Amino acid sequence: MSIDMDMKEIHDIFFEESEEGIDVMESGLLGLEPGNADPELINTIFRVAHSIKGGAATFGFTAISEFTHGVETLLDQLRSNQRAVSEDLIEVLLGAVDCVRGMLAALKDDAELDLNSVTECQEKINALLGSAPVTSAADSVADTDEVMAQRPGVKTWDIEFRPDANIFKTGNEPIRIFRELESLGKLNVFAELAEDVEFDSVDPENCYCGWVLELEADVDAEAIEAAFEWVKEQCDLKIHCRNPQAAAAADTGAVESANTVAQLEPPKSESNAAKPAAAPAAASRDSGSIRVNIDKIDALLNLVGELVITQSMLARFGENGGERGANSGLRDGLMVLERHTRELQESAMQIRMLPISSSFSRFKRLVRDISSKLGKKVELVLSGEDTELDKTVLEKMSDPLVHLVRNSLDHGIEMPEQRLAAGKPEVGTLKLSAYHEGGSIVIEVEDDGAGLNAKRIHQIAIERGVVSETEQLSEEQIHHLIFQPGFSTAEAVSDLSGRGVGMDVVRRNIADLGGRIDIHSEQGKGSCLKIRLPLTLAILDGQLVRVGDDVYIFSLRSIVETVLVPPNQIKRLAGGSVVYRLREDYIPVVRLRERFNLNCSAPRKTYLESDGELMVVVESDGKRLGLFVDELLDQQQVVIKSLEENYMPVTGLAGATILGDGNVAMIIDVPGLVRDAGDAKANDSNAA
Amino acid sequence: MANILAVDDSPSIRKLVSATLSKAGHSVESASDGQEGLELAEANAYDVVITDVHMPIMDGITLTENLRKLDTCRFTPILILTTESASDMKLRGKQAGATGWIVKPFNPESLIKVIDRVLG
Repeated sequence: MSIDMDMKEIHDIFFEESEEGIDVMESGLLGLEPGNADPELINTIFRVAHSIKGGAATFGFTAISEFTHGVETLLDQLRSNQRAVSEDLIEVLLGAVDCVRGMLAALKDDAELDLNSVTECQEKINALLGSAPVTSAADSVADTDEVMAQRPGVKTWDIEFRPDANIFKTGNEPIRIFRELESLGKLNVFAELAEDVEFDSVDPENCYCGWVLELEADVDAEAIEAAFEWVKEQCDLKIHCRNPQAAAAADTGAVESANTVAQLEPPKSESNAAKPAAAPAAASRDSGSIRVNIDKIDALLNLVGELVITQSMLARFGENGGERGANSGLRDGLMVLERHTRELQESAMQIRMLPISSSFSRFKRLVRDISSKLGKKVELVLSGEDTELDKTVLEKMSDPLVHLVRNSLDHGIEMPEQRLAAGKPEVGTLKLSAYHEGGSIVIEVEDDGAGLNAKRIHQIAIERGVVSETEQLSEEQIHHLIFQPGFSTAEAVSDLSGRGVGMDVVRRNIADLGGRIDIHSEQGKGSCLKIRLPLTLAILDGQLVRVGDDVYIFSLRSIVETVLVPPNQIKRLAGGSVVYRLREDYIPVVRLRERFNLNCSAPRKTYLESDGELMVVVESDGKRLGLFVDELLDQQQVVIKSLEENYMPVTGLAGATILGDGNVAMIIDVPGLVRDAGDAKANDSNAA
Repeated sequence: MANILAVDDSPSIRKLVSATLSKAGHSVESASDGQEGLELAEANAYDVVITDVHMPIMDGITLTENLRKLDTCRFTPILILTTESASDMKLRGKQAGATGWIVKPFNPESLIKVIDRVLG
């Protein structure tokens, strides 16, 4: 019989649940302390390991099931108090967690697997287990697979089967056993009633029968025993062969056949297609939630977005209707509709929000690993873990946060001796917190370490040509130099931080999300990095502007100010770049109608007339840029539609939206334009 | 054909069991822990119950004991699905009233075979 079901889909579910399980194991292990073994916690960790082993074995991922078997045994010993929780043990188990995670990733995404570390970890586990070789999970296979070696030579078996009276109470039926025997060969059944049964005392739910069976089949004793496997504790069973010569040949082959059954090979090649939607917080099942594919949520959000647009279209009709009584009902209805649409949109947006705890929790492990590697003592304090953040923002913030935490541990918090010498507590504190502030989410990474050395930063920045020697900078400006490309304060590139990604990349990643990062540091006392992020990427508070015949949208948050630029105030520099002197600074200027090659028929009203030109000053990533527009229009919330998904990526445009009147308006990619202008400026100065 | 209740805390095993048995023509309902399984069994009649042993909230052994107390489940075949090849787990299952066991790893064919076996 062949099962043509989609195993791939089931494998994906397995990978997803195992990844979640691994996270649960990891946080559980981090919660264990020597001498303080919470049995419930150990049980949870054991159960997860057990599930992963069982699933892996079932789906044929033998390597994982065999590896997890040792882990499970260790946990089982912990559970039954045969082993005490020790630092070493936790270390080995955490290593094993990494191995399993790696193996899962290798199967799922064809990722590179570090076989050495797996072998190494396996050896450590074996050593803990008293170097007993890990028994393969396959040894249990034979129990269900009654695939037995068929040997020639019909044997005749006499079987005496006398079940206990309570056999029916476990749901077993002798007739099923007989049917199974019948499938092996020719079967004769003789029933015998128990003799000493009084009719009045008969319990109809008890069994008062015994059977003698005669089976002619070319099978061995094991095949017959297998049929009685479930009831052998509940009966007297005698199996005897009348012609053992025929049976002798068969017995030798029996063990061999049992071991060759179902040694499944991991289906490596078929496991690398579509990834399952990334797992939500590990505890999702416990908090009464359901798992939904992210595509479905995005489809829902999209529809809600359309609804918002439709609603604003209708609202225009309502406005045009004037004061006539017939329309007042319509207007009231439209107002209610507007309120409900907004609420619906907010609720839908909420679905994409995940608590930041899912991202924070991994730092427990990271801090533990790094601080022990560096020989530093660090306590991690988390706060505001319930703060919710858009899933995409959360994912994109993950790497920058890891970088900041590594930096704090590596460069911020001092060695214990230094701390004591400086009169600080031996154990440093690293604080990760998240909270709402205005319409933004703030994430802070704060340490009580050495803080930034402004003097040294300034010196290095001069050495590396990030700033010129003559430039006068405030302390805060100097601190911000660490975000400049090509800047790293580490004297030697350490194993931990300083691996290619610098603070400039961190700042760029954050800017791409429409956020910003600030640093406050006091030498000797510590540093605090403050990241401010928009609540979501899917809607935007927009400023509508007109350029030529078209409407464009700026993110309100990116606009610093709008100025009316008098004619002749725009300077053209050598190399062709254009700047405007805004108070103290020169800022690069971009004419949107030129940038987007607009052939506009509309008169460039403000531009040509003597009172000047309208310029929107925007800021991203700490850099400002002036953009000429023709007219400022409304401000409104818009739903962002991706250009990339529906058309193709266009530089300078972050997306599009549909306005209430049905027209499409492009959303300006401020960070992109600012970067472009910066690059152009750099090219100019290189050329000059 | 038969109404089967599958209880397992692992979504992939649940899916494997229900997909396999549905293909074989059975109708399968599943529960993710013993408590949920018991509630389903209280409300519906099943021809076979398959349950994992290690589960949160209520484990498979407790579920089996509780099922045997239900009038509708007194003689229903209950199969314990577990990686535990050790005989003590099988024995504990039997003592709780389980009919038999399916040892993980199992493949779809062997699962169908075992179900056929208890359906007689």
